[in-house]
Amino acid sequence: MRHTCLALLLSLWAVLACAFEIEESRSYPVPGGSELRILSTADADVFEPIITAFQAIYPIAITYDVASSAQVMAGLYEEGAAYDLAISSAMDLQTKLANDGLAQRYASDATAALPPWAKWGDQVFAFTQEPAVLVLNAQVFETLAAPKNREGLITLLRAHPEVFDGRIGTYDIRVSGAGYLFATQDSRNTESFWRLTEIMGRLNTQLYCCSSEMIDAVARGELALAYNVLGSYARARLTDTPEVRIVEMDDFVSVMLRTALIPQTAQAPQAAGLMIDFLAGLRLRPDLVAATGLPPVVSASAADERVIRPIRLGPGLLVFLDRLRRDTFLRSWASSIEQD
Amino acid sequence: MTVARAPSSIRRRLVVQLALVAALLSVVFFLALRVVAERATEATQDNILAASATSIADAVYTDAGVVRVEIPYSALSMLGTVSEDRVFYHVILDGETLTGYEDLPVPEARGAGRDPRFATYLYRGDTVRAVVVQRALNVDRPHRVDVVVAQTRRGLAAISSRITTTATAIGVVFFLAATALSTFAAQNALAPLSRLTEAVRRRGPRDLRPVTAETPTELTPLVGGLNGFIARLRSALTRSEDLIVEAAHRVRTPLATVRTQAEMVHLQMEKPENRAALRQMIRAVDESSRSAGQLLDHAMVTLRSDQLETEEIDPVELLRDAVDRLSPTADLKDIVITLDLSTTELRVQGDTILLQNAVRNMLDNAIKYSPADTEITVRLVPGVLCRLEVSDQGRGFLAEDVARMPERFSRGSNVEDVVGSGLGLTIVRDVAEAHGGSLEITPNMEGPGACVTLVLPCS
Amino acid sequence: MRFLLVEDNADLARALAGRFAVDGHVVDHAGNLADAELATRTVAYDLILLDIMLPDGDGREFLRRHRGADNPTPVIVLTARSEVSDRVGLLDLGADDYITKPFDFAELEARARAVMRRLGGAADNKKEFAGLIFDSNAGTITTGQRSEQLRNREMRLLEVFFAAPGQIFSKSHLMDRLFSFADDVSENAIEVYVGRLRRKLSETQATIETVRGLGYRMVRRE
Repeated sequence: MRHTCLALLLSLWAVLACAFEIEESRSYPVPGGSELRILSTADADVFEPIITAFQAIYPIAITYDVASSAQVMAGLYEEGAAYDLAISSAMDLQTKLANDGLAQRYASDATAALPPWAKWGDQVFAFTQEPAVLVLNAQVFETLAAPKNREGLITLLRAHPEVFDGRIGTYDIRVSGAGYLFATQDSRNTESFWRLTEIMGRLNTQLYCCSSEMIDAVARGELALAYNVLGSYARARLTDTPEVRIVEMDDFVSVMLRTALIPQTAQAPQAAGLMIDFLAGLRLRPDLVAATGLPPVVSASAADERVIRPIRLGPGLLVFLDRLRRDTFLRSWASSIEQD
Repeated sequence: MTVARAPSSIRRRLVVQLALVAALLSVVFFLALRVVAERATEATQDNILAASATSIADAVYTDAGVVRVEIPYSALSMLGTVSEDRVFYHVILDGETLTGYEDLPVPEARGAGRDPRFATYLYRGDTVRAVVVQRALNVDRPHRVDVVVAQTRRGLAAISSRITTTATAIGVVFFLAATALSTFAAQNALAPLSRLTEAVRRRGPRDLRPVTAETPTELTPLVGGLNGFIARLRSALTRSEDLIVEAAHRVRTPLATVRTQAEMVHLQMEKPENRAALRQMIRAVDESSRSAGQLLDHAMVTLRSDQLETEEIDPVELLRDAVDRLSPTADLKDIVITLDLSTTELRVQGDTILLQNAVRNMLDNAIKYSPADTEITVRLVPGVLCRLEVSDQGRGFLAEDVARMPERFSRGSNVEDVVGSGLGLTIVRDVAEAHGGSLEITPNMEGPGACVTLVLPCS
Repeated sequence: MRFLLVEDNADLARALAGRFAVDGHVVDHAGNLADAELATRTVAYDLILLDIMLPDGDGREFLRRHRGADNPTPVIVLTARSEVSDRVGLLDLGADDYITKPFDFAELEARARAVMRRLGGAADNKKEFAGLIFDSNAGTITTGQRSEQLRNREMRLLEVFFAAPGQIFSKSHLMDRLFSFADDVSENAIEVYVGRLRRKLSETQATIETVRGLGYRMVRRE
């Protein structure tokens, strides 16, 4: 009785203290069960099949709150919001949470089965691998050859400024965590990144917060191409949007890992552990993969192909979170992309 | 009061001592391996930390008079290559935080210049290994940059536990191997001792030759001592045998003289009371002589029973020899000894001298207790157990005497008038038991008298 | 008969010689091995009685040489030892029999007789009286074609009478010859054996006559 009161009080406090921005909150109650509170960056619609499937096995009530990755970070890092599970595509922020001691350790048979690059320090566990792709408008590229790599893209943009002026889209990396992640990895992986940014800036590139908006814009023909779009989102749209084409660069493909961790503030870590195990086994549930469109972590493929580069979890990710480094990077980027 | 102590064993002591040495070596080896390996891993971590801090320090630059730092990707990612430990850094410009974890302490100054300094302390709930690297900058005025990089030691602990496991396994394997080898070595070293033991143990009861088994030099004194002992024993035995022979000779010859002369006198005596006295004297002589003989026989039987010198014996021949030998004695009383021997081929594994002695005692007994003009039947009944029966027509045994009959010096209560020591049946019983057989005393089935049977296992 | 007694104890030798003389035997005495060897080379004895412990050597050595020289004279060993193994050893060395000191003279006599019987006997073992031939070795009496086997005691009794036909032997004298000292028998027991002997002699010219109050004697039948 006292525990329930305390829990109620704590959750009440959490709600009151909730200064960070939650975009959507859904409840999946189970009578008499314990409660699992998830803070996630994934759309509720996307994640819902997983929750339903999970609850078919475990009678656990779930509260699913959606926030941007920056807000997830803010909520957990600064405000100590009480969540049992944090799911985010921002690997760097997740890593920082873990590195700075805000995540609990968890180990099970399921996590042991994950490939080594898909987890870090028994705290951060990846369950999807999502490549960054180039999305093209099919009409525009009826006459033009699609670029195969970043050098090819630079050449194409230089050759046809009339086609692409104002019709290129990419993440506003000052707003999007995923965008910032892809950009910083690009800067590490290729010399072409700054030249590409330079050219994109000259061609009045449009900046977006989210992948889906970029894909919509390409589909509508407003954009001829969008760079560094989450492949999973684009692929989900392929069937009903014939105007959209996807190109995976052949110099390298950054692969973002969607990860989950159990915050120190978790009140139901066991339930959170069950969810992590469930997510780690996502590849074993093709039905859920189809329903969510989330590409599960597959041990062999991602590691074997040299072109595919899963972004490495670990302290390297902290570098671009360094205040000075981030300032410098964003300043350089902004001055390149906004030239007028 | 004596306290019972387990007999000490050289082999056990050797094995235990060698095992103790092996255990000590294993522990030393284990500790050494751990210390060396942990030093090595610690040094590895320190080196990477120093490299990381140095590369950050090298990335400090000035931009329009402002000191900035662009942390190289590799500076932190290199720390993630070895383990999945948490990493913290702190860049300080003239004592003010430039970037990184503001609360990360700077390791105590020790030494000077740009030499990295290390420290281990608690930070954010974990033990961390930290390094500080200094760099001097000169922009307008001298600046000092301190770069602190710290890493938790979980990976180190994991490596350490792996090393401990490996070192333990190697130590245990080393210990087991060393113990097995030392057991083997002890066995090997003591093999000559076992051979010597075997050589001595296998000897016959009368084998008093010196030990000639090949032995290592360490055992030479023992063998020498043993041979000296055997020689002394042999000479003592010879001496005592000689003494017995000499004593028997010295005593029995005068007795024979006395007896012969008494007999002569007896022949010439006329008065019945004198004759009775002489007869008593002669009987006393006979009794003492007979007792001495049987005592010697019994001692010999007891001695030989411990270690039989068995051979294959034909019981028919055994009985026939005894009958031949005692017939003249029986004849004197007109006693007829009938041999009832089946012709079957029978063999008994036994000590010839003991069995001869037993059969002779049986016959001797029968003759002694048989009245004149009677018959003694010696019968051999074959079977899984051979029965060597001697039945007489004497006065037999009283039922109440039968059970105690074979006891030493026990005689029937109805034979006080006959010379005897009471050892005869004891000898027979002892010989029977030494051969895994038994002595049976029953009434004679075919009339008066007794039947004494020596039962022996035979083939 | 003539015996050689090899015995270093003079008292025993004298006593035995005296005892043998009672029965009409001649005994030569040798006190050591050298004398014994000398004696056997010069006289053909019917029997040798050999002591084992002698001042100048072991009797067994004499035995070995004696058998080695193919001397047919039987040997009875007088031993002080009592071990069975020794007895066996003696027989193996060629002794015909052995007897342990002290011994019953009757037994020595019996053994000597058995040994001699086994070997064919002495030359003068047959005696004649009133047409009756008595073979003391074989224990038989013969009249003409008719032969009768005597039992041991009958034979020993007859032996006494044949030693001095016509002489009267007292009951006690006869008993001494017939019974051992171990047997406690009354004087009447002798009558049983005299009766048996008479029955066996009934078909012959010899008979045993009772001399009232004195004893018995052997006489020619009237």
